[in-house]
Amino acid sequence: MAKAAPIETRAAPAVAHAGVAVPGLIFGVLAALPAAAVLAPENYLLALGTRIMTFAIAAVALDLIVGYGALVSFGHAAFIGLGAYAVGILAAHGIGELLISLPSALVASVLFALATGAVSLRTRGVYFIMITLAFGQMIFFTASSLAPYGGDDGLTIASRNILLGLPIFKDPRVLYYLVFAALAGTFFLCRAIVGSRFGRVLCGAKENPTRMATLGFEVYRFQLVAYAISGALCGLAGFLLANANDFVSPAYMSWQRSGELIIMVLLGGIGTLYGAIIGAAAYLLIAEFLSQWTEYWQVIFGPFLVLVVLFGRGGLVGLFSQIARKRHA
Amino acid sequence: MSSLVSIQILNGLQLGVLLFLIAAGLTLVFGVMDFINLAHGVQYMLGAYLAVTFYGFTGSFLIALVLALVATLAFALALEVLVFRQLYARDHLDHVMATFGIILFVDQGVKLVWGAAPLSLPVPELFSGSVTMMGGLLYPVWRLVIIGSGLAVAVGLYVLVGHMRVGMLVRAGATNAPLVSALGINISRLFMLVFGFGAMLAGFAGVMIAPILSVEPGMGDAILILAFVVIVIGGIGSIRGAFVAALMIGLVDTLGRSFAVDVLRLFMGPSPARTVGPALASMLIYVLMAVVLTLRPAGLFPAAGR
Repeated sequence: MAKAAPIETRAAPAVAHAGVAVPGLIFGVLAALPAAAVLAPENYLLALGTRIMTFAIAAVALDLIVGYGALVSFGHAAFIGLGAYAVGILAAHGIGELLISLPSALVASVLFALATGAVSLRTRGVYFIMITLAFGQMIFFTASSLAPYGGDDGLTIASRNILLGLPIFKDPRVLYYLVFAALAGTFFLCRAIVGSRFGRVLCGAKENPTRMATLGFEVYRFQLVAYAISGALCGLAGFLLANANDFVSPAYMSWQRSGELIIMVLLGGIGTLYGAIIGAAAYLLIAEFLSQWTEYWQVIFGPFLVLVVLFGRGGLVGLFSQIARKRHA
Repeated sequence: MSSLVSIQILNGLQLGVLLFLIAAGLTLVFGVMDFINLAHGVQYMLGAYLAVTFYGFTGSFLIALVLALVATLAFALALEVLVFRQLYARDHLDHVMATFGIILFVDQGVKLVWGAAPLSLPVPELFSGSVTMMGGLLYPVWRLVIIGSGLAVAVGLYVLVGHMRVGMLVRAGATNAPLVSALGINISRLFMLVFGFGAMLAGFAGVMIAPILSVEPGMGDAILILAFVVIVIGGIGSIRGAFVAALMIGLVDTLGRSFAVDVLRLFMGPSPARTVGPALASMLIYVLMAVVLTLRPAGLFPAAGR
C-alpha cells in the first residue's frame, strides 16, 4: 500500500531520541499522581487518572496495529465492550472472581478478533476501515438488544471483582496502581513485540506486503495474530473500565468510541506507543477541563482537532520533537 | 399480509433513495479525491435544520428548499477551501481525525444555535394527504414524493456522470486523478465542484426527510454509517454501485426490522424470537456487508483502476 509510507517517515525521528526518556517521564508522572492529591480532591484525581490509564491501554493496543501494521481498525471499541460485558454478565450471575472474569474477558476478545480479523484482513485500506466498523456495529447492536442484561440502558455491576476472596478493586488507590501496572505491562509487552522478529515482519508487511510474502512470510497470519493481541489488550481495558465504573453499557462500543481511540493515537503521535498514552491523557484531560468550563465544549474541541491535523504533523510527540530539534540546532 | 409487505417495500425504497442521495456525494468524493469525509452526514443534518429555519421565515417549503440547498452548498465550499483542500494529499487517518473534529463542532454548534430539542417541519400542503393502497391501507404521499425525487436525481446523475463532459472528467478523476491533471484539467476546481455538489445532495436528502423525521442534533451520524456501508458494498467511486447498494440496504434493513421477529418465530419460541429478532434485524446490513466484502473485497461495482 502506497498509503502507508508517510506514517513511518513521520514516526521515525521521534522514536530515535525519545525512546527511553519520554516513557520514563510518563510513567514517573503517573506513579506520582496520587501524591498530588493535595491539589485536588483525591477521589476525583484518582478516578480521572484511572480513566486516563484505562483508555491509554486501549490506545497503545490500537497503536500496535495502526502504527506498526497500517491496520486502521475503526471498530476497536468493540473489544473494550466485550471485556466490560464479560465482567458485567458474570457479575449478574453472581460470579465476581477475577480468576474467572479476566480470562473470560480476554478469551472473548481474542475469539472475536480471530473471527472478525480472519475476514477483515482479506481487505485493504479503506475497505478494512469500513469492515472493522461493520463488525463493531454488530457487537454494539448485539449488546443493545441483550434485554436480560439491561439492553440499551446498560447494566450496573453490584460489586467489583475479587481475587480469591480479596476485594482488590475496592480501594481507589489500589485500583489506580493496578491499572497503572496493567498499562505498564501493556506498554512493555507491545514494545517487546515491536522490537521482536514478529514486529519486524509486521512493519515489513506495512511497507510492502508483496515483498514480505516473497521472502516467505505468511503476512496474513502475522497480521491476524497482531490483531488478536491488540484485541485482547483492549479487552483488558474493558475489564478494568467495568470494574472502575461499576457499570457497563452499549455506549462503550459505539462507533464514536472507536473514533475517539483513533484520535487518541493520532493526537499523541502514531507509531510510538508512548504517544498513544500521551494522546489518551491529552484527549481526556482537554475534554474534562473544557466540559467543566462550558456545556458546549465540543465547539472548541472540534476545531482544535482540525488544527492539530493541519499544523501538528505527527501529533503531540511530533510537535515536541520539532521543538526539541529547533532548540538543538 | 401482502399489503403490509408492499408498504414495507415502499418504506424500504424510501430509505434506499434517501441513502442514495447521501451516498452518491460520499462515493464521488471518496472515489475522485480518495478522501474519507466522516462529516458528510453533517450536511444532511444542516439541510434539515436550515429548511426548518427558512420555512419559519418564508412559510414556503419550496423557497426553504432552495435556500437550504444554497446554504449547504456555501457551507460545504467554505469547508473545502478552509480545511479539506489541505488534506487530500494526506493519509486516511488525517481525514478521519479532521472530519471527526468537524462533526463534534457542527453537532454541538447546532445545539447551540437551535437548541437540543427536536424540531419538525410540516409536510407541504400539496403533498400532505395519503393514497389508498390495495387492501385499503393508506400510504403518505410525501414518502412517494421522496422516492420519486430520489429516482429523478439518480436518473439525472446517470446522465450527468455517464453521458456529459463534466461527468467524464469525474469518472476519469476517479480512475486516475494525477493523469487528468496532467492533461490540463484544473483538478482542484473539479474537486471543489464534486465536493460541493455531493454536499448539496446530502443537504437535499436532509430537507426532504425533515417532514417525516424529527430534526435533531446528531441525526447525520447514524445515517452516515449506513451511507458508508452503501458505498463500500457498491464499490467506492461507483454511482451505479451506490444506487444498487442503497436500494439493497434500504430494503434489507426495513424488511428485516419489520419481519425478523415473525420469521424467527418459525424456528423458535415467541419469547426468544422477540429478543433475538431486533438484534438480528439491526445487524443484518452489517452481515450483508461482511459477506459482500468477503466475496468481493472491492465491492460489487469496483471503479476501474483501483
